[in-house]
Amino acid sequence: MRPQIGFAALALLEQAGCTVEVPAVQTCCGQPAANAGDAGGARRIARQVITAFEGFDYVVAPSGSCAATIKVQYPELFAREPAMHASAMALAGKTHELLSFLWDIRHWQPQGVALAASAAYHDSCSGLRELGIQAQPRRMLGKVDGLELRPLEGSTVCCGFGGTFCVKYPAISNAIADDKARAIEATGAEILLGGDLGCLMNMAGKLHRRGAATRSFHAAEVLAGMADGPAIGETA
Amino acid sequence: MRPNLPPFQERAGAALRDKTLKLAIDRTTGTAERNRAVAVAAWPEFQSARDLGRDIRAHVVNNIDHYLVEFERNAVASGAAVHWAATADEACQIVVEICRKAGAKSVTRSKSMLGEEIGLPHALEAAKIERVETDLAEHIIQLAGDPPSHIVWPALHKTREQVKELFAASHRDPGAMEDVEAMVQAARRELRAKFMAADVGISGANFLVADTGSVCTVTNEGNAELTTTPPRVHIVTAGIEKLVPSTAHAMALLRLLVRSATGAELTQYTTFHTGPKRPGDRDGPDEFHIVLVDNGRTKMLGDGLAEMLRCIRCGACLNHCVVYRHIGGHAYGGTYPGPMGSVLTPSLDGLPASRDLAHACTLNGSCQEVCPVKIPLPTLLRGWRDRSWREGLEPRSVRRALWAWKFVATRPALYRAVSAFAVLGMQLFAKRGWIESMPLAGGWTAHRGLPAPASSTFMQQYQARKRAAK
Repeated sequence: MRPQIGFAALALLEQAGCTVEVPAVQTCCGQPAANAGDAGGARRIARQVITAFEGFDYVVAPSGSCAATIKVQYPELFAREPAMHASAMALAGKTHELLSFLWDIRHWQPQGVALAASAAYHDSCSGLRELGIQAQPRRMLGKVDGLELRPLEGSTVCCGFGGTFCVKYPAISNAIADDKARAIEATGAEILLGGDLGCLMNMAGKLHRRGAATRSFHAAEVLAGMADGPAIGETA
Repeated sequence: MRPNLPPFQERAGAALRDKTLKLAIDRTTGTAERNRAVAVAAWPEFQSARDLGRDIRAHVVNNIDHYLVEFERNAVASGAAVHWAATADEACQIVVEICRKAGAKSVTRSKSMLGEEIGLPHALEAAKIERVETDLAEHIIQLAGDPPSHIVWPALHKTREQVKELFAASHRDPGAMEDVEAMVQAARRELRAKFMAADVGISGANFLVADTGSVCTVTNEGNAELTTTPPRVHIVTAGIEKLVPSTAHAMALLRLLVRSATGAELTQYTTFHTGPKRPGDRDGPDEFHIVLVDNGRTKMLGDGLAEMLRCIRCGACLNHCVVYRHIGGHAYGGTYPGPMGSVLTPSLDGLPASRDLAHACTLNGSCQEVCPVKIPLPTLLRGWRDRSWREGLEPRSVRRALWAWKFVATRPALYRAVSAFAVLGMQLFAKRGWIESMPLAGGWTAHRGLPAPASSTFMQQYQARKRAAK
């Protein structure tokens, strides 16, 4: 959907001293199957992911919910298969969400990155509650010259995305997203930042439909100095 | 589930269109959320208290046979009669029979969700026994003919303006009701004589204390005391999971329960009822009956839902649930709404009628975060999703879409090709960066714009860069 987030992640990981590879054999983490209740389908995809990343020291995803699927759901999916459970635990142990990996593991900090803008940061639920990501993105964004982080009321309240929830229960999702969009608009911030593209697309889409001028970026794009181009939903 | 309900999506849609409902939900859950946050912030040991609460409840659930027998022995020794009900119907029959034997024409009832679960209000009505709900909120919904919409504030769906209209139309002596206090006085005048005239008082139980055989009730209105003391007969209906080993354990859980529910340190009234009136006692019932109700609880133990039996019914998961806060309690369709209700209802009423509940959840985890006994609610909801899938209850459209997606996602080369094709296809529907409508995307685009994807995928661009670098 937005390749630039992937390239921002690549750039940041390289700045943090990593040699990065993107194995072509990967597809998806399997979250849609796991959340639909199709545990068998989720296990098939999980096996593929576990094999694809066997040779690496770390596995990093620019999304809290994809990382949480691997770290939290995979071990549960294989709870009754001891051999696979061990492999799932090994992968879970070396998998990280991008922003927390940069700060907690690599002790990376932005240097000489600038963006003159006011921003509101939304805490995506999977990253926040399953992986404990809250302070790390704010600390790093706090070191971006010219960037003013404004407090967002209810920043830890779900935006109503919830994966397929948003299309299975569109009216409920819309009511939740509308509250979130109002809270974002109330900050008066020029840009909305977050760490998960799914949530960002939901909020950006709602802000757009409401006619708000708020522009939305993944936090990695700002940290990598790539937020000078089109925001989510903007054309070049 | 309540009978003759429209499908979940329709119930939720109707709730979402009701702006007064949203106002009513926001007022009460918003206050509860703020007050709980203050109470928790002022309690440095809150997290270790949660661990203790979880451990106490888990210990009881794992040893429920032991504590049930101990409770029965001590309750009988205190002069109580203990009855065992395997099902909701059995429980109602036992209660109605006790009322008949007592020649009861009128019963008062203090708020009990277990009573709602087993359908006791209907059973009393069918037996032609007058039922007087004495909890203020239960009084309101009895007048309105509504089921409870919250496990702590059953009339949460009513605004004070609506309650004023209801009292004006139903009370014999409503008065001017110029403020909330005057409305409370109006209800007090209406209920006072009925408290004193009732033949039987029926309460629930917040805790059953095994080593004393006592029943603990908590209220903020004192109505449980007035329900259980003046009548000749006091009947307790309680789920078997309400046990605690001792009074000290009950107090440890009360600290968690009250702060999690309302943010207060303790309820206004906390009463331990032990046996009937003894010789020399100035008041109390002549007969004290305790009906222990299973109604599917032992089955939950065997069905992987033991953790749910830890629940102490504080309502914090409802107050912090984004879905509950938009659709309110009635849309859930069962006795118990919100996250805890979405776990309990499929067990109580069957999964086919309630499969939507586990799916109408964003899995955001707030409920688990606030639960005072650390019930992993999202995990239990996932369990119902898994079961619904295994039992073939998911709609055919969902199964087909997921089958097609899995076919592609397990073939990396095909996945890359389909992704590349899909982003090109989506370009056809994009105008200035946004897709406002597109086939198969109506669920998204009905309410929000869909950002148009870049014209090539990350993998295409990444592989092109690698080729260029060689």
